[in-house]
Amino acid sequence: MPPAANAPHQRPAGSANGHSPAKGIQTAAQPVNGRPRPAPTHPVIDSDIHNEVSSVDQLMPYLADYWQDYIRGSAFRSPHANDYPRGAPSSARPGSIPAEGGQAGSTLRLVREQALAPWNTEIGILNCSYRVQSIKQEDLAADLATAANRWQIDNWLEPEPRLRGSLVVPSQTPVRAAEEIHRFGNHPQFVQIVLPVRSYIPYGNRYYDPLYAAAVEQDLVVGINFGGASGHPPTPVGWPSTYLEEHAGMAQVFQSQVISIIAEGVFDRFPDLRIALIEGGFAWMPSLMWRLDKEWKGLRSNTPWVRRAPSDYIRDHMRLTVQPVGAPTDPRYILQTIDQLESDTILMFATDYPHWHYDDNDQAWPVTLPEPLNSNIWSENARSFYRLQGDLP
Amino acid sequence: MTLDLGFAEKQQSREKTKLAVIDTDIHNFDVYDDPVFNQIISDYLAPEWREYHEMIGMRGHYGVGYPRAQPNAARTDAWPPSGRPPGTDLEFMREQLLDAFDMDFGILNPLAGAGGQVNHEYGAQLARAINDYQIAEWIELEPRLRASILVNYEDADLAADEIHRLGDHKGFVQIILVARTQEPLGRRKYWKMYEAALEYDLPVGIHFGGNAGHPLTAGGWPSYYIEDHAGMAQSFQAQVASLVCEGVFEHFPELRIVIIEGGFAWMPSLAWRLDQSWKRLKAETPYLKRAPSEYMRDHFWLSTQPMEEPRQHKHFQQLLEQMDNGSKLMFATDYPHWDFDSPDRALPATLPLEVRRNIMAENARQFYKLA
Repeated sequence: MPPAANAPHQRPAGSANGHSPAKGIQTAAQPVNGRPRPAPTHPVIDSDIHNEVSSVDQLMPYLADYWQDYIRGSAFRSPHANDYPRGAPSSARPGSIPAEGGQAGSTLRLVREQALAPWNTEIGILNCSYRVQSIKQEDLAADLATAANRWQIDNWLEPEPRLRGSLVVPSQTPVRAAEEIHRFGNHPQFVQIVLPVRSYIPYGNRYYDPLYAAAVEQDLVVGINFGGASGHPPTPVGWPSTYLEEHAGMAQVFQSQVISIIAEGVFDRFPDLRIALIEGGFAWMPSLMWRLDKEWKGLRSNTPWVRRAPSDYIRDHMRLTVQPVGAPTDPRYILQTIDQLESDTILMFATDYPHWHYDDNDQAWPVTLPEPLNSNIWSENARSFYRLQGDLP
Repeated sequence: MTLDLGFAEKQQSREKTKLAVIDTDIHNFDVYDDPVFNQIISDYLAPEWREYHEMIGMRGHYGVGYPRAQPNAARTDAWPPSGRPPGTDLEFMREQLLDAFDMDFGILNPLAGAGGQVNHEYGAQLARAINDYQIAEWIELEPRLRASILVNYEDADLAADEIHRLGDHKGFVQIILVARTQEPLGRRKYWKMYEAALEYDLPVGIHFGGNAGHPLTAGGWPSYYIEDHAGMAQSFQAQVASLVCEGVFEHFPELRIVIIEGGFAWMPSLAWRLDQSWKRLKAETPYLKRAPSEYMRDHFWLSTQPMEEPRQHKHFQQLLEQMDNGSKLMFATDYPHWDFDSPDRALPATLPLEVRRNIMAENARQFYKLA
């Protein structure tokens, strides 16, 4: 395990929230196409590694007899959102499907080999996509979440001290989600609660206050991740024919959730709440900030609790993981986008293992930036945001 | 002693660089509850539909109220002295918009909820009535104005009928739909409408608005008007993705789409994201011959309002660089609505003159063949 405590980390400077405007990005002349290089020598924190439940059978040991009978009797297989179709190349990078069977991202062995080793990763944050939120039967959803979290502790967190976990919660029932957060919130390796970006009720709604209150009380980040299936169409204009639209269109769902969270006053009700936007990309964020700031100028009397420009809330309370970066026709545009975010603390490195976005590992973050922005993105923003300080007790 | 503040000089230089203006989004009809709107519909509705109109009237997808910031979402100064609702008084529109900004041309986009009617036949009749109103009270009276053919887009046969009825009329320069449709606009149920539009070489404009019963976001129903308003950009992005990914432009290589009142700064990141997803998933859409960004570049034009406003000028310049120097952007005010972008203030003065000239008028002049 890398000696985190001895590494010469540069802490983000600036406001109490660690925010200061990005400085020194030269948007014209920096190399974007990385040459093959060895594992980075600087600290790396990976804010998005997926650990997947392949089968409900894995959760049986953690479920009450009643649910075991119910699941066998009903032939229930999984809370299916199909947000990562099995055969889609985007769901599993080459070589990531375990030889012994099961989903990509379902074995600790491959996560160690393919996600932690190549970058010599100091800390990796797991995001389990087990979609209990898609089960309308509230009791089953809540108990499956508890089972998935116990399974994470036994099979991922305890065997591998470099990993941190995200709690699976039945967010469709925030009171039950809060119970789950309190059940495991003291575990030193859970640093986050993970919610699928596709919700039934937008995440800014007061409906979720019990969930956010519990997150703040346990000092956990709320991570909003790609995917989910709520029963609503994946676009505001109905059901698209292709997974391609759903996959690319997930960025718009993130945009809607950001609007909701800011406009409905989540950060005004919970000033200590931190929200990570995971696997949503970030290239859309500048245009959303510009639009929202303009809307707020004209309509702020509509939501008087929003006392600052929306983009200020975003920079203070939200972070974005870098993958999927997007594929602009000119690689300089990525640098322009980073400049437009006007923040050196908002981005966090992530591989999004095992999902397949980049061809070579050295393209996982294809941008070289001036310090301290560079190390902030590779590790320090996540260290600060997730409060990953010191060794595990 | 006089203090020279340099006003005379500034005035002169402004005269020299004064740009032509074409406004690509003006509203001469709105769906809001107002007796004048109701009277207009009655006046132009086919006689056999008037009883239906009086008895039932409009029926769309209810249960969703987002009270707007202003009555009729209008500028407070846009209520004409005649007492008619904003946008419906030609004389006042001339004075407040066309003459005030010395506009060369303006494109009318009536908003009547025709496609949002659960009764498709009535929706088509409503569209027909509004189009006849546009001919009689607008384009025949004012040579600077052109209009958009309102259609009931949810029934492509009925939409095509209306396009065939009016497609040869020189006063109409596009078909108009709204962004929030029942299904994504790339799906085949809409294709007959595109086929008809192409017969008359008319572009299809997709305008802010609509309600087809789906939640306004893919994460469910938001609570406030500001979310409804800012969230429209996500509906537009879904429509662009759908039109591209369903292969509409392989089937209709000449089809031109205009995004109206959607803003435009989201366009580059959408293209990058679609290209990246397509790279992995192209086997799902074997009919696509090119990267999504290429279809977007060739087939989409965008009106500017509500223009995103970065805090730093250089970011706006980067945005334009990413969008081919704004060659697909067409200026719009959205008159008479509250979020009006003013012709003399909207574009940053730091943009090169040529770019401003194109966005303010020349792109639209060429696109809509205005002369």
